[in-house]
Amino acid sequence: MSEAFVRFEEVYKSFGPKQVLEGVDLEIRRGETMVVLGGSGSGKSVLIRHIIGLHRPDRGHVFVDGEDVVDLDEEELVPVRKKVAMLFQGGALFDSMNVRENIAYSLREHTDLDEDAIRATVRAKLALVGLEGVEDLMPAELSGGMKKRVALARSIAMEPRCILYDEPTTGLDPVTANTINDLIREMQRQLKVTSVVVTHDIQSAFYVGDRIGYLYGGKMHFVGTVDEARSSDEPRLRGFLSGGREGAHV
Amino acid sequence: MTTSLTPALSHVGDFSLLFARTVREMVRRRPEWPVILDQLHHLGVMSLAIATVTALFTGMVLALQTSYSLAVYGAKLFVGDIVALSLVRELGPVLTSLMVGGRVGAGITAEIGTMKVTEQIDAIRAMAANPVRKLVVPKVLAIVIMLPVLVILADCVGVMGGMIMAVTTLNQESSFYLQRVTSSLSMHDVFSGLGKTIVFALFISLIACHNGLHAEGGADGVGRATTQTVVASSLCVLISDFFLTKFFLAF
Repeated sequence: MSEAFVRFEEVYKSFGPKQVLEGVDLEIRRGETMVVLGGSGSGKSVLIRHIIGLHRPDRGHVFVDGEDVVDLDEEELVPVRKKVAMLFQGGALFDSMNVRENIAYSLREHTDLDEDAIRATVRAKLALVGLEGVEDLMPAELSGGMKKRVALARSIAMEPRCILYDEPTTGLDPVTANTINDLIREMQRQLKVTSVVVTHDIQSAFYVGDRIGYLYGGKMHFVGTVDEARSSDEPRLRGFLSGGREGAHV
Repeated sequence: MTTSLTPALSHVGDFSLLFARTVREMVRRRPEWPVILDQLHHLGVMSLAIATVTALFTGMVLALQTSYSLAVYGAKLFVGDIVALSLVRELGPVLTSLMVGGRVGAGITAEIGTMKVTEQIDAIRAMAANPVRKLVVPKVLAIVIMLPVLVILADCVGVMGGMIMAVTTLNQESSFYLQRVTSSLSMHDVFSGLGKTIVFALFISLIACHNGLHAEGGADGVGRATTQTVVASSLCVLISDFFLTKFFLAF
């Protein structure tokens, strides 16, 4: 439980003149659910995209399962990306493919499974996220919550060891958001994966997280358990948790 | 001066890199034929109407214009020669590439650009797949295969358009017109036209894919990238045509 699956060391990242990450240090332990909390535009999504090489840091190191991924090229990142799946904010389902083809995408890309096995795997993954009979629907025919579920089914198709969730509940109604939160916990329980959730949804963070990290101004200002976060007197975190009513102005 | 040159040079660098990556993926991996066949249909077969209508009316106008000009020298009999040479060497490849390039180039940039801004390209990368192999290679191959086919068809239809005018307004026998066409054309003319077309196809497909992959900023960004594709691919076709013509005339 204590060994780090992902480790950020002094990670700096800028886009043009805008400095987004300014020396982030963070350790995500094997098997835990780490929630990275932060306001909009604080660089949470940028941070987790470094884990699978979708962004490269200007400076610093990102270790995944003991391997520094910063200097790996696209070809060398393939094993890392097979281990770590990502659920994108809008789902990022392929518009031109139906649900079955979306979920089967990595299976066709990386395995020699025959058509029957692929269909069975797709059904099993859909069942895991609580959907059935939607294989032939196109993404445009799905609701927001269903898209997130199908995207989650797609991300677990290759049985990854780590799942990155980018704002999983953003844009969903409270009931659907809770369903997604339950699913994140369910994935954790059933698949025993390491999870990294970035969100600004405090309720969701406390519900799904084992530990919370608070990102502000390009740096992690707090890392601790959910209980420690609740009772923390770190002024910026307090400010964020209270919606700006107490602590430092966020 | 330096600041205005930097983005342009950066584009040229990115474009060259995309070309190199596309060639590398073509050589290293087995082609995904079902995807390529689908693209051949979408990008090629669906462009048939636009290519043939353009060629038909170009051939007809060419015959009309040249007949009036040649009448001054009493050389109206050579309408077939001029229509055939103009079409096969220049107008067939260039006009078909401009028309088809506008249609498929804009479509490709809009499709890939939308995938880019909705994180679908990132999703492909996140699933350890290669966007160049999955998206760019099938489109480039499809256009490089289909554009010469469309040009051959356009050349034939354009020559037929010229024949319609030669027969109906110049009172030439169709057999005489066709005899002038075949005697004036050499294999060199045909191959220089097709050689140009392959270069045009590479420009159109790579510019369209490049602009799609670099689209940013939502629907507005995709719209801008699409416009840039039509303008840049048209300019590349017209400018490269000059150098390619010089190149082929040297042989």
